[in-house]
Amino acid sequence: MSAPLLDVANLRVTFPTLQGPIEVVRGISFTVGRERLGIVGESGSGKSMTGRAILRLVRSPGIVTADRLRLGDTGLLTATDAEMRTIRGRRISMIMQDPKFSLNPVMTIGAQIGEALTVHEKLPRRDVRRRVLEMLDAVRIRDPERVFSLYPHEVSGGMGQRVMIAMMLIPEPDLLIADEPTSALDVSVRTQVLQIIDDLITQKGMGLIFISHDLNLVSRFCDRILVMYGGQIVEECQAGKLDEAVHPYTRGLLASVPKLNETRAELPVLDRTSWSQA
Amino acid sequence: MNALSLRNLHVSYGETKVVNAISLDVVRGESFALVGESGSGKSTVLKAIAGLAPDWTGEISVFGKPRGKAFDRDFASTCQMVFQDPYGSLHPRQTVDAVLSEPLTIQRIGDQDARIKGVMASVGLDPRFRFRLPHQLSGGQRQRVAIARALMLEPKLLLLDEPTSALDVSVQAEILNLLKRLRQEKGLTYLLVTHDLPVVSFLCDRLAVMREGRIVETNTVDALKHGRMSNDYSSELIERSALPMGA
Repeated sequence: MSAPLLDVANLRVTFPTLQGPIEVVRGISFTVGRERLGIVGESGSGKSMTGRAILRLVRSPGIVTADRLRLGDTGLLTATDAEMRTIRGRRISMIMQDPKFSLNPVMTIGAQIGEALTVHEKLPRRDVRRRVLEMLDAVRIRDPERVFSLYPHEVSGGMGQRVMIAMMLIPEPDLLIADEPTSALDVSVRTQVLQIIDDLITQKGMGLIFISHDLNLVSRFCDRILVMYGGQIVEECQAGKLDEAVHPYTRGLLASVPKLNETRAELPVLDRTSWSQA
Repeated sequence: MNALSLRNLHVSYGETKVVNAISLDVVRGESFALVGESGSGKSTVLKAIAGLAPDWTGEISVFGKPRGKAFDRDFASTCQMVFQDPYGSLHPRQTVDAVLSEPLTIQRIGDQDARIKGVMASVGLDPRFRFRLPHQLSGGQRQRVAIARALMLEPKLLLLDEPTSALDVSVQAEILNLLKRLRQEKGLTYLLVTHDLPVVSFLCDRLAVMREGRIVETNTVDALKHGRMSNDYSSELIERSALPMGA
């Protein structure tokens, strides 16, 4: 692998509380090249915070420290706010978890997607409209012209998520952070959306950090997987070799998913007390 | 007697027709799933039954009693709904206790303290959570509160709108186990809306596949498990569910 797109060493995210500081990301290190890296873990495992920390979106009073946090030649921790604004969207963009809270409720979908483009590029209005419609079409929205002028509350959750994906992919970033991009979608649309993301990554040579709680999905979609628990990386493996995972947490997660041909009367539940961490 | 029967149900939002001539019967004690893609109208069916989508025509009857369009206090004690998003469906400024006691107050039912304790115990919520606010609870705990709220009036029919899709897999397993146990203990009937076929396989007896507002197939879950769905579209759904990456 050539020089990694993103290089993270000893990343920590801390929040001060009345009971003293709480570390939600506890010294993780990884690199991302032009590949698909999956980060798997449950709520509270720190996976989303990791994504946010990379974009410097952790809000005060949260504190992000790292020995190294670099995107190519740019140090993300030392960049000024103005520099960060040119990085966000253009070089790294992030698909958030929930379209309901991440889309602007008082802007039409077309205007929002267009804005993602015009922030970084001066374009005639007609071209903006054309590119937005193309992008809506690329995320398999059946009637782009109609959806263009709708407001976020007028579309379904699945469609909202595709709108967000369109918005994040339209500036053609180098690195895409997708935080649970498909958990609000049904299986059929999920396939399409993943296919769209996959196509763009291979075509444009983008890197992808795919954050999800769905182990099986990640194992099929990504090249490499990091399993996070309690703010730490407990396991790293090649996606194809997830069956050989050894950490009890990973194994517990795998077992708790119902199967299509389900015969178990009860699903095994993770016993969180059975393993402790440093 | 059927717990729920829908005859020729049409639902529209303004000009847009969302549900088109749906008829189905859910037998008492059964767990029935409505599956389909987003936009297929499956959630709208639930909303129409619950009275949240008032623009419908056709017949809805619950335990033999036709459902009118007006507010119906008695209906609330036969049929309750659990929503997809435990973050959005609980009032952020109400404690668990307030959420759970409101239906009792509305229905003028006494003995609130004992009832709340009982329901909290049956959904596996520790009594110490009783005076907490939703933001002090985890997603799984919140969904337990939402289920507890629905159970407060001891309904016989529960409408479940993607009850686990917002939860982590291990928490999903807990909630699915809970729903399965509650159905046995309380003799509940479920109408579950989901796009997750493995969940159907775990929790349900029969299912109907919806597409563009119509039911394309009704079959048993055994048929789903053994790949004997007759409709092409349903088989396609199963295939995609088994292989999310497609080819």
